[in-house]
Amino acid sequence: MKVIDIKDLYFRYEKQSVLENINLQIEEKDFLAIIGPNGGGKSTLLKLILAIHPLQKGEIYVLGKSPSKSLGQMGYVPQNTNINIDFPIKVIEVVMMGHTRKERPLLGYGKDEILCAMGALTQVGMSDFAQNKIASLSGGQRQRVMIARALCANPKILILDEPTSSIDINGQKEIYKLLKQLNTYITIIVVSHDISVILEYANKAAHINKNLSYHDISDKHSTFHTHGNDEHFCEIELLQMLGSENCNTCEGENPKWKLKP
Amino acid sequence: MIDALQYEFMQHALLAGMLVSFASGIIGSLIVVNRMVFLAGGIAHTSYGGIGLAVYLGLPIFFGASIFAVAAAILIATLTLKKRQRIDTLIGLIWAVGMAIGVIFIDISPGYNVDLMGYLFGSILAVSTEDIYFMSILLLGIFFVVIFWYRDILAVSYDSQYANLRGINVRFFYTLILILSALTIVIAIKVVGLILVIAMLTIPVYIAEKLSSSLFIMMFLSGLIATFFTLMGLWFSYTYNLSSGASIIIVSALFFALFLISTKKDIL
Repeated sequence: MKVIDIKDLYFRYEKQSVLENINLQIEEKDFLAIIGPNGGGKSTLLKLILAIHPLQKGEIYVLGKSPSKSLGQMGYVPQNTNINIDFPIKVIEVVMMGHTRKERPLLGYGKDEILCAMGALTQVGMSDFAQNKIASLSGGQRQRVMIARALCANPKILILDEPTSSIDINGQKEIYKLLKQLNTYITIIVVSHDISVILEYANKAAHINKNLSYHDISDKHSTFHTHGNDEHFCEIELLQMLGSENCNTCEGENPKWKLKP
Repeated sequence: MIDALQYEFMQHALLAGMLVSFASGIIGSLIVVNRMVFLAGGIAHTSYGGIGLAVYLGLPIFFGASIFAVAAAILIATLTLKKRQRIDTLIGLIWAVGMAIGVIFIDISPGYNVDLMGYLFGSILAVSTEDIYFMSILLLGIFFVVIFWYRDILAVSYDSQYANLRGINVRFFYTLILILSALTIVIAIKVVGLILVIAMLTIPVYIAEKLSSSLFIMMFLSGLIATFFTLMGLWFSYTYNLSSGASIIIVSALFFALFLISTKKDIL
């Protein structure tokens, strides 16, 4: 069974069409990288999968059901985790927010929720910080806590929207290493501007700029040639390849994606 | 000060001060962490429209103010839930129109016009037994809501989008926080008046926030700090024969300055 199955999806904000004719199948334990220019519809697609936006045209099935019915199986790490940094809240309280349980205790939190949250914090290497205030953490640590919050639901699918945009390079590597570990039993979808994700961690890539082009890059070393002995990869070539069907439309929207001959 | 306690109005004033302060501490915390201070200001001033309407129709003043404030809270909740960017313009509008309605109603009310200064700056010495009942019931209601729904309120306040994904009814809790704010503002008007109410909702909260590791501790600590400020303010007001509402705010502000200096915290 496909973990996520998207058929003939269209979406528009009032007058502006954002997604057109999107078809995408995500297999179990895929590590899918979604790339594309700003405003290309990446976040919109995630929001449709997470039932934050209503479906307009087309179909989305998550684990065979409609997105809103599968919310409990999806863990989500939002794009901007630097909101409300000063909020007086402990790390463990943030993580327990992710717990999805139908019945809840009359007051406070259940034992299983606390255990589950501690388990999730251990998975991301943050269990020592459980009682710390969220404000006392660094950007990378906070991002790990947000991943723990998503893991607290025991999700089958983990969806991350630019998880490394606000952390330094070392922190980014750590996060992706963590995701790779989690990928042994969780399907991962990550929106990223970061080319190294696609090269080192993802096995599938989707370039979205209104339309979608999909690539299986699990055997990327044979698909792409590298320069020299240090396996350095030319970013431009990759982008050319992944976005080849949409190159004319991404011109000028974001210099990062602008292709030079 | 002690001999003053034999007077019933003084007992009422102290009791009302403590009840209102504790309620403002808890609700002020929710207002601050949800960045609703301006919204609360809007509700406070709009409730003046209710005061005017009550005067005109001969209804109990606080009944009219409550109805108006809760209506304003629901209106503001509906307007702000989806679009939070340009909403300040609309809040400013509601703020001024509410006050204008109050002024017009009092203008067209026949006969003697009540002491409006009392509503603008508080009249804690005029607290009736019914007011005390109303304040007690509201405080109990607030306790019940924040204890029973603590985790939901925490989730909605910290990250409303995520709370929505986890199946929490964000609209309900957002509206509930604003309605409780409206009712708290109405009782706080009795103590410090509608112009000064914002200071009462924010100064103790600011101090408590710096000393708390969780929202729960922050709410109750703010309640205690606010109660202390109110009692100090009342003593100050009684001793030097000054307005009670303004005294409470000035005392709060002095302690706030002391707190900032002693902890060397930046204001922001």
